[in-house]
Amino acid sequence: MSIKVDHVSYVYDPDQKVRRYAIQDVSLEIRKGEFVSIIGHTGSGKSTLVQFLNGLLKPTEGHVYFDGRDIFEKDFSLKLLRQKVGIVFQYPDHQLFESDVLKDVMFGPKNMGQSPKEAEANARAALKVMAMDESTFEKSPFELSGGQKRRVAIAGILAMNPDYLILDEPTAGLDPEGRDEILELIRTLNWSQRIAVILVSHSMEDVAEYANRILVMNDGRIIMDDTPKNVFRSYQELEKIGLSAPQVTYVAHELKKKGFPIDEDIMTVEEAKKEILRILTHDS
Amino acid sequence: MRNILIKIRDLVHEYREYDENDNLVKTMRAVDGVTLDIEEGSFVAVLGHNGSGKSTFAKHLNALLMPTEGTVIFSGRDVQEIENLWELRKEAGMIFQNPDNQIISNVVEEDVAFGPENLGIPSEEIIARVAFALQRVGMEAYRLSSPNKLSGGQKQRIGIAGLLAMKPRCILMDEPTAMLDPEGRREVLRTVHELNRQEKITVVMITHYLEEVVDVDRVVVMDHGKIVMDGTPKEIFSRIDKLKEHHMRVPQVVELADELRKEGIALPEGILTVDELVEALCRLR
Repeated sequence: MSIKVDHVSYVYDPDQKVRRYAIQDVSLEIRKGEFVSIIGHTGSGKSTLVQFLNGLLKPTEGHVYFDGRDIFEKDFSLKLLRQKVGIVFQYPDHQLFESDVLKDVMFGPKNMGQSPKEAEANARAALKVMAMDESTFEKSPFELSGGQKRRVAIAGILAMNPDYLILDEPTAGLDPEGRDEILELIRTLNWSQRIAVILVSHSMEDVAEYANRILVMNDGRIIMDDTPKNVFRSYQELEKIGLSAPQVTYVAHELKKKGFPIDEDIMTVEEAKKEILRILTHDS
Repeated sequence: MRNILIKIRDLVHEYREYDENDNLVKTMRAVDGVTLDIEEGSFVAVLGHNGSGKSTFAKHLNALLMPTEGTVIFSGRDVQEIENLWELRKEAGMIFQNPDNQIISNVVEEDVAFGPENLGIPSEEIIARVAFALQRVGMEAYRLSSPNKLSGGQKQRIGIAGLLAMKPRCILMDEPTAMLDPEGRREVLRTVHELNRQEKITVVMITHYLEEVVDVDRVVVMDHGKIVMDGTPKEIFSRIDKLKEHHMRVPQVVELADELRKEGIALPEGILTVDELVEALCRLR
């Protein structure tokens, strides 16, 4: 099971003589169960790329395959695809509109043709997975905290039981606690339900902590597609395009320069602590 | 000793909810007895998680909200007694989280000129002020551009230029970087730090990013509507357990230094940056 993007390009105004590419010759494959992060500064093509994955945008050139089938073929059901590949856009909580939380989450499944009973069962399950307490189900979405609203919005997509979940900066504007809460829930989804997660993020610390694979985008191209360790090892490359590595990666590199026999591929506080303790106790 | 620009005494703000018959059904105390002096020319950061009361607090500093109890004295004047609140907001303008919400015109320079035009300032003076403001935020090249085409960080800088054109004494910012990417975030912070240092404008910044307060003069942490910590960044970051108690997430370097200290490594308190940590560790070898 996979989504495959094959030599895809997207041109802003195809009629213009000078072609301006939003995406230029991108290929990649995402398999079910992966946790992939996409990083890149604003305008690098991240948001455009993810919209190919469920057929919201049609590439100017190239093909997109879902489980081996071209999604833009005539008899391929994009509606079904969008159930399998859900996108949660930035600030999804701005799109909550129903009179209560449960109804809001039921909207997607009902729209897909589920009976009210089925839709409700799926909505309840999705809300539970997003750690929403049953006491909130009857509340107006406007009574919820920022983090809760965001979780309800994600539940609205989950209620359609997708195999792939695309999240465009799901934590933007939340405080650290709301941010950790959502990322932990997403990690759990990825582990327990084997839902593939494609996370567009600006936080290198979060990406280092959660993703198994990172795509780095710049000027409409994928310039790196590798494990977090390998990507952050090239932190100088990242800096050239306005990105950076996690803070502790810099600590490791600086210590190495000063003669510490330290593993430079450190990305998390936990790893850094172990390494530094090992070196300091070895010394004494 | 610097002048006190804003003097806040026992400030309380309650949000009240009424039913259809105008009976009070719910009271929520968002700010609960805050006393604080903000010195002229200083850069003060107010930290707190969502719902800690920090935004409600900030909105009192230029009278976007009025106290339920207590007083706010801006440059010697009680804000509740100021008749022309626009006068006050000219001296203390506010930048909000969403850069799109504060842009009005289709051309950058018109947007920046909007405030002074409304004050009835002569046009030569406006032109000079707009040019100065755009130059100070590094956006003069975009003078004739459409704000819609700008990045979030650029839009925020246009917003700041709009305030600058009013010749403010104080800039208030309510999570100005929350919706920006890392580059936009750096641009905006660099701009306000420069304005603070070079133009001596007082800055009060509301944020929940601890990374952003490393080089301010003073950090105030709020929780449950009260001030729970108050000090220099070094003082605040040396009490990590307390910060965590108030639901703040510390930068990786600060966290790492703290974890190492707990394991008995003799690191000094108040390590905030990569360089400081590296230097301290090198001294241990």
